[in-house]
Amino acid sequence: MELYTLMRQFADSWGLLYMMGIFIFVVLYTFRPGSKTYYDHAASIPLEEDPKNDEL
Amino acid sequence: MDPISTLIYGGLAFVAALCSMYAASQAQDTVFYVHMLILTLAFGLAALALVRQCSFQTVTNEPSSSYSDSIIRYGVIATMMWGIVGFSVGLLIALQLAFPSLNLDLPWTNFGRLRPLHTSAVVFAFGGNALIATSFYVAQRTCRVRLALEPLAWFVFWGYQLFIVLAATGYVMGSTQSKEYAEPEWYVDLWLTIVWVAYLLVFLVTLIRRKEPHIYVANWFYLGFIITIAMLHVVNGLAIPVSWFGSESYSAFSGVQSALIQWWYGHNAVGFFLTAGFLGMMYYFVPKQANRPVYSYRLSIIHFWAVIFLYIWAGPHHLHYTALPDWAQTLGMVFSIMLWMPSWGGMINGLMSISGAWDKLRTDPILRMLVAAIAFYGMATFEGPLMSIKAVNGLSHYTDWTIGHVHSGALGWNALISFGALYFLTPRLWGREAMYSSKLINWHFWLAMLGIVIYASSMWVSGITQGLMWREYNDQGFLVYSFAETVIVMHPFYVMRAVGGLMFLLGGFLMAYNIWRTIRDERAYDQPVSQVITVGA
Amino acid sequence: MKKFSHKTIEKNSGLLLVLSLIVVSIGGIIEIAPLFYLENTIEKVKGMRPYSPLELMGANIYKREGCTLCHSQMIRPFRDEVERYGHYSLAAESMYDHPFVWGSKRTGPDLARVGGRYSDEWHREHLKAPRSLVPESIMPGYPFLMEPLKVYDIKAHLKALRIVGVPYSDEQIENAEVDLKSQSDPDSDGAEDVISRYPKALVRNFDGDLSTLSEMDALIAYLQVLGTLVDFSTYDAKANLR
Repeated sequence: MELYTLMRQFADSWGLLYMMGIFIFVVLYTFRPGSKTYYDHAASIPLEEDPKNDEL
Repeated sequence: MDPISTLIYGGLAFVAALCSMYAASQAQDTVFYVHMLILTLAFGLAALALVRQCSFQTVTNEPSSSYSDSIIRYGVIATMMWGIVGFSVGLLIALQLAFPSLNLDLPWTNFGRLRPLHTSAVVFAFGGNALIATSFYVAQRTCRVRLALEPLAWFVFWGYQLFIVLAATGYVMGSTQSKEYAEPEWYVDLWLTIVWVAYLLVFLVTLIRRKEPHIYVANWFYLGFIITIAMLHVVNGLAIPVSWFGSESYSAFSGVQSALIQWWYGHNAVGFFLTAGFLGMMYYFVPKQANRPVYSYRLSIIHFWAVIFLYIWAGPHHLHYTALPDWAQTLGMVFSIMLWMPSWGGMINGLMSISGAWDKLRTDPILRMLVAAIAFYGMATFEGPLMSIKAVNGLSHYTDWTIGHVHSGALGWNALISFGALYFLTPRLWGREAMYSSKLINWHFWLAMLGIVIYASSMWVSGITQGLMWREYNDQGFLVYSFAETVIVMHPFYVMRAVGGLMFLLGGFLMAYNIWRTIRDERAYDQPVSQVITVGA
Repeated sequence: MKKFSHKTIEKNSGLLLVLSLIVVSIGGIIEIAPLFYLENTIEKVKGMRPYSPLELMGANIYKREGCTLCHSQMIRPFRDEVERYGHYSLAAESMYDHPFVWGSKRTGPDLARVGGRYSDEWHREHLKAPRSLVPESIMPGYPFLMEPLKVYDIKAHLKALRIVGVPYSDEQIENAEVDLKSQSDPDSDGAEDVISRYPKALVRNFDGDLSTLSEMDALIAYLQVLGTLVDFSTYDAKANLR
């Protein structure tokens, strides 16, 4: 089989599945229970009082 | 900087000046000659400035323990200045399309040479300076650390301005690789590569030295933008110069490969320069101005990975129905449509960050500007996937609809969020309580809004009209309109577009005046920034 | 050893950098790489050849003046476009363009097959003062193209193009300067050779002024050859389905 056809078939079968899998994993991982406090802290980073000059 | 390294850098700049002078003496064409003289001058000035700075007494302007903000002050002014230049050239070429005699039929005033001047001035000079300045500001604040490798950071700032000057003067003299948004010739590209790698280093080392364990999401977007632009720029810029002392070159790629690589670059200049980088701005300045954390931090993480993963595929939608193989076109279309989801996720994330503080929109024109920017981001990222559908693209491609789409994104999203950031930064950086006039910000906001709406709607109508006229058949099966007949129909829309552009430019002037008055304010300059930082927050 | 998690990425800037780079590379590599070795990308056609030196200089002026910002060179396979401009464009027709000049906007009409549609004189007058011939036109005028064409580095141009893959022969490079000058002067000694080295090349005085070889000569020579090279009588569309 031509390499071209082979690559196309791979891309729209296993390749597609693989990418979907990764995406779903990232979503599930980010929304896993227990991560809330951690992300709440991260979200507040810009809002925390800027440190005084001598604290840097 | 210690005196020894100052002398070393000064010496390096001097050697660079000598090399440019030699290159100028060998120049094969005028453009190269002029550019080498500009380089000689620039490096010479840099050497002089460095040597003069060299002092064996330990005196520093800023205490080394504070944030490094003087470079950001420069960035704010450069952003403002280049913005005005870019909008002005835009207005000029808009008028040239309505009234062609304004071309003056001189080489350096014709539309074909001024158009890249406009696009580069707004995207790379205005947008680029906004990105560099805000990224340095945001990285320091969210990492709670002073900017790393400061001398290199200054090199990034001045080197980038030099790149802009080389590119702009080159366009006017007719030096171009003729690839949209990647016009500068090979040696200007090389210079930008050096500057960009330095930028990556400064940003990355600042992140590495951070005192805050978590890397705030705005920095992810900035980092994604910097690294991807480096990759795109290097690959798309590959070329063989005709002579090592001449300005001309030939792209390493031809025909269909060249087209795909160019639009892989071009679309991701939009995706990473104008989207990812500016999303970094959104994720810092919107929470800061609204004084509330981002609506969902988790959504912002998904936003990041989805945007950088999907955008990179979307380029081929610029090449629908061309000689590019069908599979690549379809791939580009599918990924462009998928992009709608993370884009709107990001928009909702930005807008919802204000939830609970909506009343501030009435009183805070800066926040209003930021929110309008996010709304335009949502609108442009809805229209984009729509236009990437092949059937729609068949009509919209080659017409003004594309121009309207680009400007609703560039004026609505990029410019408005940059204006918001500039208004946020100016009082803080110069130690003022607030901007000189909040009323002028309000005027700026409405002028800009009205300008954008007039611009986008006139282009929308003209684009669809012309697209339909091109394909109209009469009963006998003949084409109804000649090309020239469709051109006259465009005239009123081109005039309207120029009016919209004029309003947007006027807003820019108001901003420049407002910033100037804020800076000129006689109130204490030396007041430590940390004491005024909570103002407006 | 610490367990890997997304937090590791969030806390490690180097890792974030590498992962982002990998993610953004995937799309580019999968889309771009196949185009370089798949024979189906570029059709098999008869007649395509590299530009003659004069046409090449014309192409460079076309790029220099930003013509490509308002004129496309890519006819899409739609009924109206094919009727208006001619056979839809093939990938093969731009295989020697470094870079491509397909364009993205039609403020003016498509030029992919403008060759032979108008006389040299029409082009000359139109380029100098577009509205003298087409009152509706909003094109800028280019009277300054009557300036002499630069000829001294034409060999270097052909050599650079050979490096990026355009099949110029040693003979073509050797005679580049003569060919450049002869193509606009049908009475010159080298006129015959231009046609033998570059089949279908038009040898005539394009700008109506024999005394100087001008940029106008080069640009018109380029415009007049656009879309005329491929022999569509032997082109088999079915064999080239992509």
